[in-house]
Amino acid sequence: MAVATAENIKTLHDTVLAKLKEKFADDVISSEIDYDFPVFVVKRENIQNILKFLKEDPELNFHFLTTLCGLHYPDNKGKEFGVMYQLHNMPKNFRIRLKAFIPGNDLEISSVTSLWATANWMERQEYDFFGIIFKGHPNLKRILNMDDITFFPMRKEFPLEDPTRDDKDDTMFGR
Amino acid sequence: MSEIVENPAHPEEKEYTTLNLGPTHPATHGIFQNVLKMDGEKIVDAESTIGYIHRAFEKISERKPYYMLTTLTDRMNYCSSPINNMGWHMTVEKLIGVKLPKRVEYMRVVIMELSRIADHIICNSVIGVDTGAMTGFLYIFQWREFIYEIFENICGARLTTNIGRVGGFERNWSPEVWTKIDNFMRDFPEALKEFENLLVRNRIFMDRTIGAGPIKGDRALEYGFTGPNLRAAGVDYDVRVMNPYSSYEDFDFVIPVGQNGDTYDRFMVREQEMWESLSIIKQALAKIDRNDPTYHAEVPEFYLPPKEDVYNKMEALIYHFKIVMGEDNIPVGEVYHSVEGGNGELGFYLISDGGRCPYRLHFRRPCFIYYQAYPEMIKGGMLSDAILTMSSMNVIAGELDA
Repeated sequence: MAVATAENIKTLHDTVLAKLKEKFADDVISSEIDYDFPVFVVKRENIQNILKFLKEDPELNFHFLTTLCGLHYPDNKGKEFGVMYQLHNMPKNFRIRLKAFIPGNDLEISSVTSLWATANWMERQEYDFFGIIFKGHPNLKRILNMDDITFFPMRKEFPLEDPTRDDKDDTMFGR
Repeated sequence: MSEIVENPAHPEEKEYTTLNLGPTHPATHGIFQNVLKMDGEKIVDAESTIGYIHRAFEKISERKPYYMLTTLTDRMNYCSSPINNMGWHMTVEKLIGVKLPKRVEYMRVVIMELSRIADHIICNSVIGVDTGAMTGFLYIFQWREFIYEIFENICGARLTTNIGRVGGFERNWSPEVWTKIDNFMRDFPEALKEFENLLVRNRIFMDRTIGAGPIKGDRALEYGFTGPNLRAAGVDYDVRVMNPYSSYEDFDFVIPVGQNGDTYDRFMVREQEMWESLSIIKQALAKIDRNDPTYHAEVPEFYLPPKEDVYNKMEALIYHFKIVMGEDNIPVGEVYHSVEGGNGELGFYLISDGGRCPYRLHFRRPCFIYYQAYPEMIKGGMLSDAILTMSSMNVIAGELDA
């Protein structure tokens, strides 16, 4: 078990990047180190294979899916939505983050439920809140919200407060 | 009539009963619905429905300044809310790059370990109740009360504590707090020993819990288990050791692990963790100088100044205004921070765009992630084991639904 020092994180970033470049040269878009995490942005088409490779590679062996969450950037045209995956190799204490962006008019990405059973509810949650369709998910339906709502509440255009109210003005102290 | 009673075409085909366990059931300690397919008293299949107390915390956090979000974290795992609070403070501190004085970090460790003990007291004594042993529960709950009194003395609240701030504590601890902690440390070990005497080698308790709701280590990892439930299955993963925060690397403690991942192992891991927590608190108390007035980091841009300074000093007034109005300079960035919560790795994934509220905040809620294994764990067992399994997994509705 290695303590996650700055050099260790740099080495991990370089190792994973080299391995991904070798195997999936066309799919890696960019990479960086954000605080204590190496972050890799990859194309969504091959996400399942990339995660499978990272899970099964004997040296990296990211056997644990820590978390997965949806992202929404309405201003990034062509890649409005995204999914973030966080992987962990417990014995070596390697942690990385992967991101795949999805265009807003084609909200599909492969499901990783076949790799990790835990992705089941995580993906259902992101479907519930962002409307991202995880292809190959065994039971993709809403999980926390009511079954019959027609919108996806975590999208940025969905107002938190009643939009018909005019007694509240957020121009000065909005977000 | 005879076709209904007996299906001659498929004599082997059994008739199953569908049973709704929940949404509100006195034995499930919260709002959980499970539709069970039963063969007599045996569970053949199960399906969980969750979301009954969903409050859209992730959405709300996109509209609230950082310091207001602490109250949301209280309401996730409300049995150990100080851990959630401190996890959130540390996430923001990581983002803005604040380094806390050692004394404050040790004080946080004391609070977090006290709340871990409170969390495990609830879980373990309720396992006792579900096996029919009320005594331990009624007896040890007094000690949870004493822990809550300590919290009350520090921050004014008991259950949903909102304890501390980004940068430290809101005030230094009073002499009563130290007395209360000392009293607790002096008397609790004996009470815990007595509680263990009631259950640990109790024949009835062992018969009920050994082999109930088991899960193997590799399966638990696939299901994203963390915390005591994973350790009961034999995997020694603990965030406090793997990625130490708040100076946990300065303490010497053991990670207890189980073997079979059943209810008894989960109970025993929690028991052992309480002893380890006591040892950590003891070490922390020895390291803290009680007369030192430091209780927060020197970060005037993010830490609210004392009220009399706000009235009398120009700078303090400016900082106060900027913090309350959310005009402080939060850097742009993405940060993930996790703490070892009462029931697993509680993670905060925060995306900041430099605004006063998070651009996106995602909670890695351990309950939500491991509760999906529940149907698999209770399949093939008895209904009474399913109740035990749920209470031993320590599923907290507030965290499950967030």
